[in-house]
Amino acid sequence: MIERDLVIVGAGPAGMAAAISAYDSGVRDILLLERDQYLGGILNQCIHTGFGLSYFKKNLTGPEYAHRFIEKVQAIDNIEVRLKSFAVKLTKEKELTFIKPGELKEIKAKALIMATGARERTREMIHIPGDRPSGIFSAGLAQKLINIEGLLPGEEVVIVGSGDIGLIMARRFILEGAKVKAVIEIQKQSRGLARNVVQCLEDFKIPFYLSHKVARIYGKKRVEKVDVVKVDEDLKAIQGSDFSLECDTILIGFEGYPGFGFFLRVRYYLDFRGANFRERAFGICRHKGREYLNPRIICLRQCL
Amino acid sequence: MNKDLICIECPRSCVLKVCIESCRVVKVEGEKCPKGKDYAVSEVENPRRIFTSTVSSRGLVLKMIPVRTDKPIPKDRVLEAAGEIRKIKLDRPVKVGEVITANLLGLGVNVIATRDCV
Repeated sequence: MIERDLVIVGAGPAGMAAAISAYDSGVRDILLLERDQYLGGILNQCIHTGFGLSYFKKNLTGPEYAHRFIEKVQAIDNIEVRLKSFAVKLTKEKELTFIKPGELKEIKAKALIMATGARERTREMIHIPGDRPSGIFSAGLAQKLINIEGLLPGEEVVIVGSGDIGLIMARRFILEGAKVKAVIEIQKQSRGLARNVVQCLEDFKIPFYLSHKVARIYGKKRVEKVDVVKVDEDLKAIQGSDFSLECDTILIGFEGYPGFGFFLRVRYYLDFRGANFRERAFGICRHKGREYLNPRIICLRQCL
Repeated sequence: MNKDLICIECPRSCVLKVCIESCRVVKVEGEKCPKGKDYAVSEVENPRRIFTSTVSSRGLVLKMIPVRTDKPIPKDRVLEAAGEIRKIKLDRPVKVGEVITANLLGLGVNVIATRDCV
């Protein structure tokens, strides 16, 4: 089995930055694995501006920001990039198995960085009762369908949760000619940035219901409507405050959580001393000061 | 007249206290950087936005090519710009920054590619 000094799984912003930093710190044997056929990860579908304000002192779109990192990565010969390569197994000896079309490869890493990004919350995770029709998407999936695949998921949209991607997709649907009926947020304030409430909702006069939740989803084959209800301080539904919105599409727009499912197989190897419940549940090994609890396996937690 | 605006220039989202007299900004408070004042003046007197979208392709590697305007366009023309962009079918390779449509809607701004595509 070939041994590499540093293996990085995921070539999104975190993975590319990690590879460049490792090279700058003197590492000369770096393998960067990416499951997609392009570098850049989530940035490729984040076509809006707002990237690079602090790092490049410029207001870039996601693809432009990715482009600058891709050029840096490609200029460093010591970073070997493998595309269409999907990590499937990791042992406690840091032997990593990955598949690429027609091949299964095993590699031993002296050090490993997991930069596998976030996963989105689903309808099941936020417990919305009702029918189970088609037409329910997570916000980031809808973003991929529109911006990468050129497919519009629906015509009349209700967005549940006010995470930044949810807000940004409200605007994106409007620009593609769809209607956005409302953004529904159970909390008293937006989860996403105030600037996104202004430029994505207020600019297009999209109704924003704070302290409201979707009580029920209706639809036989496709989503037909949702019931919305106001909630009190304890997030309990206030009787008589409910109303319905007709729609054919629902987006789930909450924050993501760290995503490396297969990594949980090596959980026993991770040192969870001092970790909180969430970190244990998701298998995150966190660092104390600059010292990682699990030396030489470093997990980045770049969320959507 | 006093008005509160939320600055959209960066994630800090500063709340700007803007004093307006006959449609002109005379005083801005609450900004944490010089962009805040510029934003307040622009937002009151001539609101503009950078417009981003995608154009579809024919015969290229990517199905959709992300694009932006190279300068901000008037806020009230954004929907019109979106409709215009949807008509485009790109059939030639482009580089980041290359002009796809010059002088969009006669506004004096260009639509540029934000990703390489062969």
